[in-house]
Amino acid sequence: MKVMLFAGLKEKTGESRITLNTPGAMTAGELKQAIYAQFPSLEGDVFQVACNESFVKDDQVVNEDDEVALIPPVSGG
Amino acid sequence: MMKQFEVVEAPIDINRYHEYTIDEKQGAVCMFTGHVREWTKGTRTVHLEYEAYKPMAEKKLAQIGEEISERWPGVRTTIAHRVGKLEISDIAVVIVTSAPHRKDSYRANEYAIERIKEIVPIWKKEVWEDGEEWMGDQRQYHPSLEEK
Repeated sequence: MKVMLFAGLKEKTGESRITLNTPGAMTAGELKQAIYAQFPSLEGDVFQVACNESFVKDDQVVNEDDEVALIPPVSGG
Repeated sequence: MMKQFEVVEAPIDINRYHEYTIDEKQGAVCMFTGHVREWTKGTRTVHLEYEAYKPMAEKKLAQIGEEISERWPGVRTTIAHRVGKLEISDIAVVIVTSAPHRKDSYRANEYAIERIKEIVPIWKKEVWEDGEEWMGDQRQYHPSLEEK
């Protein structure tokens, strides 16, 4: 699963897009755990998951071919 | 050509957004511009960098416009947010809300900037003389905020 990163998350990993090893579809909550397990530099970072440009809650399912992004706390304006 | 809700790289020309909200029904136009501030709590900013998840950010700006239309029918809204490197006093965001009468235009305008700080995926990096940091959590996003 490909996952887009922004702002501090992008800077920490040095990547704007990471590939997550996943068994296929998973919930957003499981995806967060997979991120922390496979990218230890992001441990402790807070973010929401966006799927196809909408925020999803932890129990919602994310599919392999969805456009997935990690959204750290926003600071626009 | 401007869009009603957009993320832009170039300096913001506020007149285009102002004009966009004017029609024969509107008697009041309220325009807010957010600027890069040099001093924040005693720390001097050299410049700012903004980054956006552009397609989602534009969708969320449009969502704010829809929320405003539900709360204050008759209000016309347009919002532009700039990304990239911004210097002191540059305009980072413009929000224009027009309405038949002034109260709705003021209220809708303030609502828009508060919602931008909650749900729009745009991030600000402050660059100081001795370091830099991505800002977060001016008003941290929480799923419950989405359903307002």
